[in-house]
Amino acid sequence: MKVLVPIKRVIDYNVKVRVKADNSNVDLANVKMAINPFCEIAVEEAVRLKEAGTATEVIAVSIGDKSCQEQLRTALALGADRAIQIDTDQNLDSLNVAKLLQKIVEEEQPQLVILGKQSIDSDNNQTGQMLAALTGMAQGTFASAVKVDGDKVNVTREVDSGLQTIALNLPAIVTTDLRLNEPRYASLPNIMKAKRKPLDVKAAADFGLDLTARTKLIKVTPPAERKAGIIVESIDELVEKLKNEAKVIS
Amino acid sequence: MSILVFAEHDNSELKADTLKTVAAAQAIGSDIHLLVAGHNCQAVVDAASKVNGVAKVLVADNAAYEHQLAENVSLLVTELAADYSHILATALTTGKNFMPRVAALLDVAQISDIIAVESSDTFVRPIYAGNAIATVQSLDSKKVITVRPTGFDAVATDGNAEIIALDKVTDAGTSSHVNDELSVSERPDLGAASVVISGGRGMQNGDNFKLLEGIADKLGAAIGASRAAVDAGFVPNDMQVGQTGKIVAPDLYIAVGISGAIQHLAGMKDSKVIVAINKDPEAPIFQVADYGLVADLFDALPELESKL
Repeated sequence: MKVLVPIKRVIDYNVKVRVKADNSNVDLANVKMAINPFCEIAVEEAVRLKEAGTATEVIAVSIGDKSCQEQLRTALALGADRAIQIDTDQNLDSLNVAKLLQKIVEEEQPQLVILGKQSIDSDNNQTGQMLAALTGMAQGTFASAVKVDGDKVNVTREVDSGLQTIALNLPAIVTTDLRLNEPRYASLPNIMKAKRKPLDVKAAADFGLDLTARTKLIKVTPPAERKAGIIVESIDELVEKLKNEAKVIS
Repeated sequence: MSILVFAEHDNSELKADTLKTVAAAQAIGSDIHLLVAGHNCQAVVDAASKVNGVAKVLVADNAAYEHQLAENVSLLVTELAADYSHILATALTTGKNFMPRVAALLDVAQISDIIAVESSDTFVRPIYAGNAIATVQSLDSKKVITVRPTGFDAVATDGNAEIIALDKVTDAGTSSHVNDELSVSERPDLGAASVVISGGRGMQNGDNFKLLEGIADKLGAAIGASRAAVDAGFVPNDMQVGQTGKIVAPDLYIAVGISGAIQHLAGMKDSKVIVAINKDPEAPIFQVADYGLVADLFDALPELESKL
């Protein structure tokens, strides 16, 4: 079976982002970018399905300008077979991303689509569920285990109260949580090999979709600063401060 | 302008965070209806009818909604959507799971995780793990919104709403529930506790989390953890506090053996008072702590327990 893995280029998770002085957005100039960590887990899961003989082909897809080819090459180095870049300069809402991905699903007919549960930039946690709705597929979000079993896939989900396992008819959508797997590091030979793997570029405009923005970013501000705290010297002092200064314990 | 709020529950108990989502709805408008979708959930319906500010409680009690599968619940909410300008759910795992499906079926964007309401179409939400705060305007005629509970104060529960049973059953038939492995704890919910004590990698193993329990007992606290502690298998996933785990804002948050990665800070830095105990004086957690104690947690925790 074919597995489709949509991935996103985002700020590196170690970088603390700064807001632009004019409050128009965050400043991403000269900031280190990387594959979204949850998307990397999605790639790893798809590659493991292929290594286990369950998947026959792993296709990575990303939406953005030419720079996201870097992350597609990363996915290829991790073991994806081929890649598709949907070329656009627009900053798309999740719904428009899902509509473009729906077109790729129609073309490629994957049995499983694995996405990250959220991107660490916009923190929306929407695209996988929206793609599931548009394609009419069942979804297993926040997955910590994925087991394909005939024409079904069992997905164990990380939920507020613990773990929940559900069974989905295939084709289905899975979104990854942190504990699904630990992604491998790409080896140098695989990085070299990835450069020769096929990477198709398709223009977003060619899909005939109305990609008008549905939301408008009014402003972006830095979060309220916490006022500087103090270092206490002992447990006695800590307990005294919590009782008498902060008044949070009695 | 009517607002539909999805009630967060487990068929036996209405989750307290629903009261905060209703507060968000009140900041938008006044004709608020609460949807209870579940199975054998009369206790939830009774509690829902007492939520202040709610005019009607809509009840969809059917086996198809027992586990609130996203496929079935999203079809139900989408069918009801025609009568509403705004549809709100709490940004917990249930709402996060089905709401984007509703948005896509209605062909509108979703505004996730709002922490404030500016107007009926403009909302405030954290992005980049809370390192930036975005004000976003929805350009759609219908607004689909998830609400971060820490952003709003719960409404009271002395109301008396009309209860209306729905006979709609929307079963997509594409998914089914297999089983749950629920964590059982006598302690308060992480999201609802006024005191939270969390352990990180510095706890070294799961057994050492017992050192937090005595303190939690004395303070009536919930126990949380950093991602590092969950990934290492010390404690289960439902204890994770952070950007993609649980978001908490208690009166007192005590971080023990947690270095303070930005992803962890995103889940707790709106707490009223933050205490950090860590043996590394350079740990970033001290930058957000009101009270920092540089100490070995294995010495500090027993002493703290004895002195509370």
